[in-house]
Amino acid sequence: MKRSIGFLVLLLAVAIPLSLLTGRVWLDPWTTPNAAVILGELRLPRALLAVTVGGGLGAAGAAMQGYLRNPLADPGLFGVAPGAALGAVVSLLFGYAASAWLLPLFALAGAAGAMLLLALIAGRAGGIALFTLAGMMIASLAGALTSLAISLAPNAFATDQIVVWLMGALTDRTWADVALSAPLTLAGVAVLRLAGRDLDALTLGEAVARSLGVSLGRLQVLLVAGIGLTVGSGVAVAGVIGFVGLVVPHLVRPLTDRRPSSLIVPSALAGALLVLLADCVCRVLPLVTELRLGIALSLIGAPFFLHLLLKMRREAV
Amino acid sequence: MTLEVQHLTLGHRLADVSASLRAGEITAICGPNGAGKSSLLQCLAGLLTAASGAVLLDDAPLAALHARERARAIGYLPQHGEIAWDMSVRNLVALGRLPHGGGEAPVDTALNSLDLEAFSTRPVNTLSGGEKARVVLARVLAGEPRWILADEPLAALDLAHQLALLVHLRRAAQGGAGVVLVLHDLALAMNHADRVLVFEGGALAADGAPAIALGTDLIERVWRVPVRWLGEPGALALVAGQAASAAGTPSAGRGSV
Repeated sequence: MKRSIGFLVLLLAVAIPLSLLTGRVWLDPWTTPNAAVILGELRLPRALLAVTVGGGLGAAGAAMQGYLRNPLADPGLFGVAPGAALGAVVSLLFGYAASAWLLPLFALAGAAGAMLLLALIAGRAGGIALFTLAGMMIASLAGALTSLAISLAPNAFATDQIVVWLMGALTDRTWADVALSAPLTLAGVAVLRLAGRDLDALTLGEAVARSLGVSLGRLQVLLVAGIGLTVGSGVAVAGVIGFVGLVVPHLVRPLTDRRPSSLIVPSALAGALLVLLADCVCRVLPLVTELRLGIALSLIGAPFFLHLLLKMRREAV
Repeated sequence: MTLEVQHLTLGHRLADVSASLRAGEITAICGPNGAGKSSLLQCLAGLLTAASGAVLLDDAPLAALHARERARAIGYLPQHGEIAWDMSVRNLVALGRLPHGGGEAPVDTALNSLDLEAFSTRPVNTLSGGEKARVVLARVLAGEPRWILADEPLAALDLAHQLALLVHLRRAAQGGAGVVLVLHDLALAMNHADRVLVFEGGALAADGAPAIALGTDLIERVWRVPVRWLGEPGALALVAGQAASAAGTPSAGRGSV
């Protein structure tokens, strides 16, 4: 596990400086005019934001798959991301997005609302099936309300703004976004790490985990808080970005000893790397408008996931 | 050391069950499907809370014990051993140390005692059914519990592996642990248990030494099939169904181990 973490940290250490130089304009720190401003005010916060958002999504995905003991689980299942998206869309609908802070705060409020609702419905019993179904119900409710908000938008401009925001992007983000999301994501990953041993025990099923002294109620609290913080803050600053939480744990699992606890940090690092690289691709592609990050990740993620599925099918035969 | 249930009632599954289990013994819990065997085992493990009555560990209520302390005292092996991730044998066995917060030596001891050292780095899903059964038992032994509660641990095993696992369980009992097994195979219970509890419709129908608790009359009453024991004490075979009523033809029915 230590080796895989070292390997991923090394890759990130190479990828971050490269991403700073990459863009529509290939930047040479010594000759490009205003290089310091471009680096300091645009590209560095954007790269850090990519690392933060991807790291949070990767860690959340790893924890989620461990919790549901299912490699097809995705952090979106708990309804946190749709809840955050709903919050953001409401702020756009009422035109509050003019202030840099209001949209992310609305998104965080949406994530918190989804988490609270989830905790209330699931109660203290800690059953995994009830918890997951509650999450799916919240996700579909938030999705429906988001569609309602789009249909109620007062004008085509607002509709356009909402739809584009929902696609997810890291364009024109500032240090304020980093300051908002980085601490929350770090806190979220730390909380998810606390759940690691309980997730390991869950490998042997709910009954054995409980017989090993695991409190499923406590585990749910840790997961709701950890996934809420990582995914909620990610959606707040970057919009909805799919596939990272689903695909990254798959990529990383063969590098680890396959215990859910030893997957969380490597998944965070690999998620950071994936989003960083995908964002570089978005910037470099010669399109009229920049490709949205959420679309790019889905375009990369879907065929990759299909490849994984076909590989699984071959192995199963 | 005792593990005791007093007037335990749990919905339609258990009706006023009282029994006191002793450490150092292998106790078999037998009964037809739906008789309440697994429910009792889960109550003993602290996983199910009864509507009324109490489970006492060394005369103290189990429910009042902190989950981690309970986990240190009682190891539980469910019927269908799910293993979600393909971790190594050693890492899986080490999960048994979670209630203690770690410790390598007991993991080594557990691997040794079940002859699993050679497998320790193998991914668990590459093992055969018999090897997996040893691994999940090693996981329980690694926690050094005073009580080992196992639901049908022998059901999916061939004869040789059944015997091998029983030898390990006997060794654990001789080491002072209380071993409680839910068993469907009455011949296994008859030949290897020190004590048998027979359940019928959630209530205790018999409790005692195997020769008494598993007498043919009782089996016929509870399981509603004609049966006959054949062979010597310690190596008895149970013949059931028509073969048991037909005199002198011990050809069909249940075998013994």
